[in-house]
Amino acid sequence: MKGWMSRFKAVFALAVLALILSGCGEPFLSALQPRGDGAEQIFQLMVLSVVIMLFVFVVVMIIYVFVVIKFRRKKGQEDFIPKQTEGNHALETLWTVIPIILLLILAVPTVQYSFEFADVSPETTAEGDELDQIWIDVTGKQYWWHFEYQDLEVSTSQEIYIPTDRKVYLSMISDDVIHSFWVPSIQGKMDVNPTGNRNEMHLHAQEEGVYWGKCAELCGPSHSLMDFKVIAVSPGEFEQWVEEMQEVSEEDVPESETAQDGQELFADNCLACHAVGSSPNKVGPNLTSFADRVNLAGVFEMNEENLFEWIDTKGEDMKPGNLMVDAPYDLNEEEINNIIEYLMTLSPGEINPDSAENGVYQDSDLSGLFPEEEEEGEDSEEEEDGDSEDNGDEEEQESEEDSEEDSEENSDE
Amino acid sequence: MSTTANNKAGFGSALWDYLTTVDHKKIAILYLVAGMFFFILGGLQAMLIRIQLISPDNEFISAQFYNEVLTMHGTTMIFLAAMPLLFALMNAVLPLQIGARDVAFPFINALGFWLFFFGGIFLNVSWFTGGAPDVGWTAYAPLSLFSEGHGVDYYAIGLQISGIGTLIGGINFIVTVVNMRAPGMTYMRMPLFTWTAFIASVLILFAFPALTVGLFLLTFDRLFGAHFFNPDMGGNVIIWEHLFWIFGHPEVYILILPAFGVFSEVIPTFAKKRLFGYSSMVFATVLIAFLGFMVWAHHMFTVGLGPIANSIFAVATMAIAVPTGIKIFNWLFTLWGGSIRMTSPMVFALGFIPTFTIGGMTGVMLASSAADYQYHDSYFVVAHFHYVIVGGVVLGIFAGLIYWWPKMFGTMLNEKLNHWFFWLFFFGFHLTFFFQHFLGLMGMPRRYWKFLPDQGLDLFNLISTIGAFFMAIGTIVFLYNVVVTQMKNVKVGPDPWDARTLEWAIASPPPFYNFKQLPLVRGLDPLWIEKMENNGRMQPAEPLGDVHMPNNSFVPFVMSLGLFIAGFGVMYQGGMWILAGIGFAITAGSLLYRSIKDDLGYHIHKEDFDKEEGDGSNG
Repeated sequence: MKGWMSRFKAVFALAVLALILSGCGEPFLSALQPRGDGAEQIFQLMVLSVVIMLFVFVVVMIIYVFVVIKFRRKKGQEDFIPKQTEGNHALETLWTVIPIILLLILAVPTVQYSFEFADVSPETTAEGDELDQIWIDVTGKQYWWHFEYQDLEVSTSQEIYIPTDRKVYLSMISDDVIHSFWVPSIQGKMDVNPTGNRNEMHLHAQEEGVYWGKCAELCGPSHSLMDFKVIAVSPGEFEQWVEEMQEVSEEDVPESETAQDGQELFADNCLACHAVGSSPNKVGPNLTSFADRVNLAGVFEMNEENLFEWIDTKGEDMKPGNLMVDAPYDLNEEEINNIIEYLMTLSPGEINPDSAENGVYQDSDLSGLFPEEEEEGEDSEEEEDGDSEDNGDEEEQESEEDSEEDSEENSDE
Repeated sequence: MSTTANNKAGFGSALWDYLTTVDHKKIAILYLVAGMFFFILGGLQAMLIRIQLISPDNEFISAQFYNEVLTMHGTTMIFLAAMPLLFALMNAVLPLQIGARDVAFPFINALGFWLFFFGGIFLNVSWFTGGAPDVGWTAYAPLSLFSEGHGVDYYAIGLQISGIGTLIGGINFIVTVVNMRAPGMTYMRMPLFTWTAFIASVLILFAFPALTVGLFLLTFDRLFGAHFFNPDMGGNVIIWEHLFWIFGHPEVYILILPAFGVFSEVIPTFAKKRLFGYSSMVFATVLIAFLGFMVWAHHMFTVGLGPIANSIFAVATMAIAVPTGIKIFNWLFTLWGGSIRMTSPMVFALGFIPTFTIGGMTGVMLASSAADYQYHDSYFVVAHFHYVIVGGVVLGIFAGLIYWWPKMFGTMLNEKLNHWFFWLFFFGFHLTFFFQHFLGLMGMPRRYWKFLPDQGLDLFNLISTIGAFFMAIGTIVFLYNVVVTQMKNVKVGPDPWDARTLEWAIASPPPFYNFKQLPLVRGLDPLWIEKMENNGRMQPAEPLGDVHMPNNSFVPFVMSLGLFIAGFGVMYQGGMWILAGIGFAITAGSLLYRSIKDDLGYHIHKEDFDKEEGDGSNG
């Protein structure tokens, strides 16, 4: 009877606590409103530890309040000399053993989850087949994030698209100082170290949505402005997004003339550092799906006014310490506006952050992204590899030309 | 001899007296003044941080300056405020509590202070020479290598100099406790404050060398082209994190253990009961110190050490909760059945118990390595360590200061103002930091110059800033109290609190030789025993005889000054190398002078004691 009562009380306390905690913060950012497997497991661990600790706290406070009220010296007791107790073995054993038991209760799931979070082996289906893994190479840089989807020829920066029905795996490294990759509502954080020291983790969003990610390790003046987004879309939409992204090339010509003008200016002034389409990690963020970004530079409202200020001032005051201030370009107002017009055409297709929030769910097993038959797979890989190499060469040549042009421009000045 | 003669002398000779003193009681006052100065400085920096974070997207201070302020706030509070204030208490009280006439090495004691002081000043010179360090008090490489200007050089060299001071101070206390205990003062009769100071000193001895090594490597990397931490040149950035936390974690216990010691003195005194479970308290202290060296990687759960390392360090960290819990319950049961007086030191101690329990709770939560993936480097951690360091160490320091103020200065701080101070500070503290737990879990990482609007973080940040102002007002009340009390200068007797330990058996403030005759210690709480079983006066353990005292010396000051000057030369190099030459020459010269010239001190002859009859000292 008593055991049943205490179990009921524990469940009740858990429910109340979960209610209180989940009232905190915004669902796209708060670890208290988990929307991912990892965040949910951690939340459970959090609630467990809070319940254990609250039990200890309540015991301490009951004794505390009792002694402070009961044994306060009253008037007329000034000469009272209390019994000088040395100690009590039974009591001392009691408050040594009980905490040890409580800690063991917490230690078990702690160790279990520690191993689970570090496990990056493939998921298996109910039948025991291994699911194809989506691996994303994450690079942290002062003060932005770069993402490359392994084997998919897709690169993007600042915003990462993931399907909701499975884990995606991250392999993370920094190009400069230590950063830390944190999407509180989906998964706990992991440091992003320089050196050859790649950290691996996995994300599994349970619901579609646009989740905020943050850099959690002091990395310079704009540490607090190094936000990114995780855009979780349904698997069908994810597949479509990948296909759309794969088709983008920096040579796609926009419709309007001013935008074409902007594209030329962009090629001359910006491509040395930035890229459009799949390309290896560069000096500055990849702009393939720039027009679809939720925020400019991770934190600012995405509008032409802000974009103008960014290009005009090179973000000097917007993101203090950012490396674009060293970019050698010098553009007048009209040129900037043309570039903005071009940038605003950089929207690869129908999948954008709205897709995560419009409630449309498209199912897919993503088999289109992972060709199964080996021959085909090899062929397509070879083709893709060939293509990308060509692209890469072209880009390198171009960027060399760009830098030559830049330096010429500079010397002219 | 010289000190008593100077009592009525002018400012110049008083200054000279303090510049050359080797008396532990005066060095305590030096530590206190310097520590309070840096405490106020660090507090002002904290206010800047909170004002910057009062509202979203605030532009009160620039990003670069914010990073400098947060770095200096942490560094100042840990190294230049909390440590020296604890050293002030240790110096003032520890030799008295064990019945010693001074510490084992009075000269080293003075040297330790001046090294700390010049190191602290060196660090703060950076404000005026192009910017303070801006990479956090942890100075993680490679950010600390890439940081422009000389800020981080000031950090490395300044902490190096003050670190030497701390290290030799710690060694000094170890030797003092081992060698200088009065007859009858066995280890298991030592007051808990002495025990904790002793254990903290042992921690200093083993922990600070790791910092020294780390800082040297950092200095070589930044100034002499080494690449220990430079990833591009094959260095490893994680090594710095290990070195820093092998020092950094024990450092937390170096701070908190003496604070525990203060409460273990205050609570028995004002509950009028002997400490409950004394031997388990000693055991818990030693165990905390021992375990404290095995948990440093819990600061690095997210670094990617792997699940095995994380699990081991998680379980080891949780284990520390057990001895800490033992202490909490022992304090509660000391109160049980007692006769509790609500004096201001006691109110601080009573405020400490629930506050530190919360800090311990969040500590266990953080120890859970998997869950730490969410807590790490968020405001949850900020809230946690402020609960431990402010709720534990700072409350402990103020409880100790108020408790031993009569012993240090012979005056009593105004009780009413002390209570005001406590309530303002305590209320402000919880207002500031309690909500930061939630801010962290709601997605606010630490060391954020700005937080953005519409992320649900506005309200708690505002509350937090309001709380900080309450803490500031409380501190001002305390400072006002100090000034008023010292102006009035109403002297009190040797034992104003009706206390239990040896320091209360002699005059307030004690004569420069402390004990005319070394006292005979007959058990734990020796003065209480004499009060209960005798006339309330300590019995002498030796006949009246000559007392050997050390001479004052200006050498510690000069020795430290040399390193201070040399620091600039090493840092700026080029034509400034000359400064390094001069500085090192001064230090080496004073070392040589000290080695060659015999300074055997002097004796107070027993006949001279008669002239000072009636000073309230025992025997």
